[in-house]
Amino acid sequence: MRKRITKFLEKIIESLLLISGTFTSVIVLLIILFLFKEGAGLFTNTPMEKGNVVALNKANQVNELTPAQFKNIFDQKIKTWKEVGGSSDSIKLFRVDDIASFYTEDQIGSNFEHLGACINDHISKTPNIIAFFPTEYAATGFQGKLVKLKNITIGSFITDKEWFPTAQPVAQFGVLSLILGTLWVSFAAILFALPLGLATAIYLAEIADSRVRNILKPLIELLAGIPSVVYGFFGLVVIVPLIKTIFNLDVGETALAGSIILGIMALPTIITVSEDALRTTPRAMKEASLALGASKWQTIYKVSIPYSASGITAGAILGIGRAIGETMAVLMCTGNAAVIPHTLLQPVRTIPATIAAELGEAAQGGLHYKALFALGCILFIITFFINLAVEMISSKHRGGKHI
Amino acid sequence: MNKIETHNVNLHYGDFHALKGISMSIVENSVTALIGPSGCGKSTYLRLFNRMNDLISSVKIEGDILVEGKDIYERGVDVDELRKKVGMVFQKPNPFPKTIFENIAYGLRVNGIKDKAFIEERVERSLQQSALWGEVKDKLKKSAFELSGGQQQRLCIARALAIEPTVLLMDEPASALDPISTTKIEELIYELKNQYTIIIVTHNMQQAGRVSDRTAFFYMGELIEIDETKVIFTNPKNVRTQNYITGRFG
Ligand SMILES: Nc1ncnc2c1ncn2[C@@H]1O[C@H](COP(=O)(O)OP(=O)(O)OP(=O)(O)O)[C@@H](O)[C@H]1O
Ligand SMILES: [Mg+2]
Repeated sequence: MRKRITKFLEKIIESLLLISGTFTSVIVLLIILFLFKEGAGLFTNTPMEKGNVVALNKANQVNELTPAQFKNIFDQKIKTWKEVGGSSDSIKLFRVDDIASFYTEDQIGSNFEHLGACINDHISKTPNIIAFFPTEYAATGFQGKLVKLKNITIGSFITDKEWFPTAQPVAQFGVLSLILGTLWVSFAAILFALPLGLATAIYLAEIADSRVRNILKPLIELLAGIPSVVYGFFGLVVIVPLIKTIFNLDVGETALAGSIILGIMALPTIITVSEDALRTTPRAMKEASLALGASKWQTIYKVSIPYSASGITAGAILGIGRAIGETMAVLMCTGNAAVIPHTLLQPVRTIPATIAAELGEAAQGGLHYKALFALGCILFIITFFINLAVEMISSKHRGGKHI
Repeated sequence: MNKIETHNVNLHYGDFHALKGISMSIVENSVTALIGPSGCGKSTYLRLFNRMNDLISSVKIEGDILVEGKDIYERGVDVDELRKKVGMVFQKPNPFPKTIFENIAYGLRVNGIKDKAFIEERVERSLQQSALWGEVKDKLKKSAFELSGGQQQRLCIARALAIEPTVLLMDEPASALDPISTTKIEELIYELKNQYTIIIVTHNMQQAGRVSDRTAFFYMGELIEIDETKVIFTNPKNVRTQNYITGRFG
């Protein structure tokens, strides 16, 4: 009887475990699905502000423009139609507010009742015009030609350099600078953190006596538990001014500041994972080396490090993973300029920082909102591949290996 | 001539008195067997001679330990140099996860030898000395882990021989091996003893009888008796030695 009750209880516990396992997996899947569904919405849209149109004179040969061309035209970086495949005429910009310089108040009407007609008239009289105005004025009998704006594609999303989600008339959703900013800051962070972390791990695993290790190890693990705002605050108050003075810059918020903070934040991961790896070096292997007259250092770099190389690599990649996803601290220290960085002493903007900073002000369901989700997808894909790499490297470690 | 001498050596692991006042001499170019029940301090004693016990932080050592007349625990002794002179083979084969060739070249490389031809020649000679050359000469680039346990142990012996030590410490070198491999290792020891001073720990009485010239019997951290192997096995002075040899305890 007792036995049957225990059996029954075991069954119940088993099924509870199964349910919670399934539940978590489903939740995770749903989150990923939601992320990609929202992000994918971006690519079925043109980045034109809703309720507005862009029109040309009928005689213009240009029919279609990319978002980037639009922006450059309205920023007057593109000055002639030739540059976008038309005649060699210069481009004449027209916004609704400009109407007053061409028509009198009487012609327009006191309640703008003739505004549509005036715009229509002006467009048909100006061959090199590009006009931006609300859709309602292009109603019946419109003489001009409405320009088609190309859809945002995954390709243009990733390769366009301009991130300007609130630009008028056409928002710019190019994330290359954000992707590069993220990678740039993260890899620089690892460049600082790897040598330092490896040195500490070697010290802890091979040199420090147990008393020192018992103090240091928990301290380093504590480092991993500090909230990232605190790191960001430290960076803002200490590192940013320091960089400003050392390099004599106008602003200290740079990729370098972000990298240093991220490097410090990645240290605990790198140290603990590498130290654990170094400790797996069999004692017999180290004794064999020492017994052959190898010094302690030779034993470390010829036996311990090669033996634990894959563990150390996994630690470094996990560290990068942590750095790539980190939001708050970089948001506070990097200056957040969405430009492609050429040196570490320039401000940069990372993907997570962009999402955190802009999601609050993006209208829900709008293009900007969807673009931020698409950014989230990119981040997800990057970290997914990083985790995959770690998984592959550490599974290689489990199988037999060779140094 | 005595290659190694210890005078009144005491060793503590923390509070535990593991070696109690051991004085003994080891004759050059001979094989000395250390026997005794498990935990009596044979390995501890053996590891004194290449200062392997230094790795354990709780160890305290008193007394004189002389190799070629010099106290190896004196200040200023270069431990790495000592270990080149006093090679060691461990109980379990412990090749590096490298190729067969690199395993043997390791000791040369850490000693700063870069001459490729020299290394190749030395690798071949060491493998021949350890009677492994014929079996591995075509797969030097293969992982040492592909060898059998007995082959791995002979590889470890070759690795120790490659740096030309004059003393070879062997801690139960055949205990993890099959009878055929054991015989090979014993023959090897027999071959090597003309050029090397060998100290071997063993639990196998027949083995001690076959390979050694002198045998020392340890019991609870004390050296009970050391003499010609023949004498120890046929006519020991101490009754505890006799009991151990005849298998009445241990
Ligand atoms: N690192 C250590 N720390 C503390 N005590 C140790 C340590 N190594 C060995 N000892 C103790 O010292 C004694 C001698 O150990 P040792 O390994 O020398 O014995 P042994 O004669 O080689 O035994 P076996 O035949 O089983 O190998 C044992 O009682 C053991 O428990
Ligand atoms: Mg032992």
